[in-house]
Amino acid sequence: MGAKHFGARVTRIEDPALLAGRGRFVDDIKLPGVLSACFVRSPHAHAKIRGCDSRAALVIPGVHAVITAEDLPEPMRSQSLPMLLPNPALGTVPRQFVLAREEVSYVGQPVAVVVADTRYIAEDAAAALIVQYDVLPAVSDCRGAAEQGAVRVHSDIESNVASTFRLAYGDADGAFAAAAHVFIEGLWQHRGGGMALETRAVLANHDPASDALTVWSGTQTPHIGRRVLADLLGRDLQSIRLIAPDVGGGFGPKAVFYPEEAAIPAVALKLGRPVKWIEDRREHFLSATQERDQYWEVAIAVDSQGKILGLRGRMLHDTGAFVPWGIVMPYIAASTVPGPYVVPAYQLDTSVVLTNKVPTTPVRGAGRPQAVFAMERLLDRVAHELTIDRAEVRRRNLIQPEQMPYEVGLLFRDGKPLIYDSGDYPRGQQEAVALADYETFRARQKAALEQGRLIGIGIANYVEGTGLGPFEGVTVRVLPSGKVAVATGATSQGQGTRTMLSQIVADQVGCGIDDIVTTTGDTAAISQGVGSFASRQAVNAGSSALVAGQAVRKQLVALAARTLSVVESDIELENAQAISRRGNKPSVSFADLARLAQGIPGVSLPAGQAAGIEHTTYYTPAQASYCSGTHIVEVQVDAMTGGVKILKYSVAHDAGRIINPLIVEGQVQGGVAHGIGNALLEWMQYDANAQPLTTSFADYMLPMATDVPTCSIAHVETVNPLNPIGVKGAGEGGTIPAPAAIISAIEDALSPFDVHFAEMPLTPERIVAALRAAGAYERLFAA
Amino acid sequence: MGKQPTRMNVNGKSYARVVDARLTLADFLRHEINLTGTHLGCEHGVCGACTVLVDGRSTRSCLMFAVQANGCEVTTVEGLASGGKLSVLQQAFIDNHGLQCGFCTPGMLMTLTELLRENPQPSEQEVREALTGNLCRCTGYAGIVAAVLDAAARLRSADGKKETR
Ligand code: FES
Ligand code: FES
Repeated sequence: MGAKHFGARVTRIEDPALLAGRGRFVDDIKLPGVLSACFVRSPHAHAKIRGCDSRAALVIPGVHAVITAEDLPEPMRSQSLPMLLPNPALGTVPRQFVLAREEVSYVGQPVAVVVADTRYIAEDAAAALIVQYDVLPAVSDCRGAAEQGAVRVHSDIESNVASTFRLAYGDADGAFAAAAHVFIEGLWQHRGGGMALETRAVLANHDPASDALTVWSGTQTPHIGRRVLADLLGRDLQSIRLIAPDVGGGFGPKAVFYPEEAAIPAVALKLGRPVKWIEDRREHFLSATQERDQYWEVAIAVDSQGKILGLRGRMLHDTGAFVPWGIVMPYIAASTVPGPYVVPAYQLDTSVVLTNKVPTTPVRGAGRPQAVFAMERLLDRVAHELTIDRAEVRRRNLIQPEQMPYEVGLLFRDGKPLIYDSGDYPRGQQEAVALADYETFRARQKAALEQGRLIGIGIANYVEGTGLGPFEGVTVRVLPSGKVAVATGATSQGQGTRTMLSQIVADQVGCGIDDIVTTTGDTAAISQGVGSFASRQAVNAGSSALVAGQAVRKQLVALAARTLSVVESDIELENAQAISRRGNKPSVSFADLARLAQGIPGVSLPAGQAAGIEHTTYYTPAQASYCSGTHIVEVQVDAMTGGVKILKYSVAHDAGRIINPLIVEGQVQGGVAHGIGNALLEWMQYDANAQPLTTSFADYMLPMATDVPTCSIAHVETVNPLNPIGVKGAGEGGTIPAPAAIISAIEDALSPFDVHFAEMPLTPERIVAALRAAGAYERLFAA
Repeated sequence: MGKQPTRMNVNGKSYARVVDARLTLADFLRHEINLTGTHLGCEHGVCGACTVLVDGRSTRSCLMFAVQANGCEVTTVEGLASGGKLSVLQQAFIDNHGLQCGFCTPGMLMTLTELLRENPQPSEQEVREALTGNLCRCTGYAGIVAAVLDAAARLRSADGKKETR
């Protein structure tokens, strides 16, 4: 079997329907008699609910129901949303109810749901609902929240600190005592959102004849969602089918199980009608989870040559009002700091702090952009203070390929030792340096400065833990039509999952991409599933596709050999046919083989023949995989306006073997765009009372086509020894080092004024403020 | 709520409905006549996902009432392919990986159809500027920009076949 598709720039099977306007997103599904729901959300960051008067809402023609917490069925009424990612470092933490019962603790928390004939009427009725609140003091800033005697985020908690933990190895204090130089940085990283272009959406329908509840949700994790929903409704798992149809972007926030995903099915059951809820963008800003929002105080100890001796510090993580994903992000952040560098001693104390803001959960990068920002800002500082080139200081500290597998000395979030299995970090950096024309940059910079242009270059490295378990499965089945069905619990929000799996299976079973029909994100298609997060699907589902494809190939070959009365070694599989190499090359189609494998009613199957041609595999990785890369970015800064233009963006990355370069480059480019947003534009702002201030795309800015250059990308492929297809994952690497590299470049461009930046996003006003404080304008105007 | 009769021509087909005065053109297209290819990403006029052509001009259908389109010619993404064959621009999106989730794509295609009609030989910068009214969270725009330049080249070559780039 040749690898015809694996590794090729195969165009996507997803595209034709989406381009013709024939996508099927949740709001495109039409069910007869469907009602529209609108959620009534807390306008206060913290308040007691005194009561709810729905009389004015209920008299509006077309309104069917107003549902509050008391109207929900048991056990949903009295049970809170489950904690899906337990951790011993997390004590008892407050958990959110589907609809708030007595207290609300962030703006946007769902309090009631109104159901009406149309969304327009539902919104009218929601506005007519009167909820009485006693407003309580709220906590907006996690630094204040962590202090003794701070106002509490929930009335019934003792402290706003949900968890504290230390990650450490080596003798950090000893390293600092012996160091030639110690540099300290205080860093802050903003809160932003995933901001998928499709907002969240849920549609539920109960069929009383079969007692089947079908839920369509724009989720990254349908199997997990079904499990939670079954618990909250007290229903048998088999009676619920959860489908993630076409989903318009995920980026992390859609991996969470939300209250709305429980409430809408409950309401559909209660009213006996299909019910649909389509989130609007403002709601998305208020109530979809967000990320970043960390404060770091970190110090680096180096010798006189800039070699790292140790790193230590503290980090505060703002988790918002609840902890739906536990301490996953701060944990990942804390364990990502050492990255591709030899760091002999390390100690980081992390506090996870509650505030009266919407919870934070992973957003593309998931804690890693913050960690990389901390490490790379420290290394820039070392380079600056010791006047060593910034690429050179990194080169001196990179883990060498002969040190692989490299054991960092920490446990990763999968509970396994953090061991980099493979990779060539110096080569990665070297390839990026070459792509970026880094060596000649100082001459370019000097020439630009003579023309009055401020340009700068920035560099950042990363290692990303990917491919996390527990598993993902794939079923491969040959259909009587001759097509090959591929079903998986993996999901797609634009990553090309269907194409990727089809490529792998097509090579194994010997058919074309067009012969494959895929089902993703449907709990009815495969019994177990996990979903998309942690750049895990190529590793997990891809490996399962290979193994299941190989098994089906064996079955096809065996049956074809029996059918054609030839030996198995003579059989070749090609174009959905089994062909004998010998004689007059007799052949049999996959369609005929599939029918033969079904047998004849009442007749025993021949010995050795299983029922049907199909195989299911659940690949279970033994540990995380680690991909890596280097970003180098060249920017021009307008000192008068603080405007930043990205001139050139170069990426060298190692995602292991590449299944489809077209798709991987798209992931890298899209990830970089997200990182540019994080670095320069995206900032979810709150006032001191935790009221959100940026709730539209006019206030919260996403990168536009003029903000994002087309990246130069080099694939540094080192085979991942941990899985059968050698892949490492590619979904987030584009985002992770981008803010570190960009902010480094801005600082470099402004080096004539010696300004220093320690925060992201770096908006024009912050750049101008820094330049003003540095006396830049006096100098510019004097010149 | 005031109801009003509305008639418009969408993708060459005439539709007459009596609708609420406050019904947006986007909701009319999506839910009254079931053309769900037009998407809503923000409903406040920034993202461009809802872009359609009204009398040939790109228009945000989330910011327009259906009744305002009374008597107009409307083209949506469903109207771009002819006889089941994708347009040159649509095909270029496939070849250049111009879409990931595909949610922004219909709006992109409408904006760019207008661009290519008015400027058959756009520069990369002109393409990027034309795209500033359409947000894409997935692609980082590179594939979209490449697709437009590719489509423009294909459209310029007389037989519409792919030029060697
Ligand atoms: S939905 Fe119309 S501009 Fe965003
Ligand atoms: S392809 Fe997903 S928003 Fe553009």
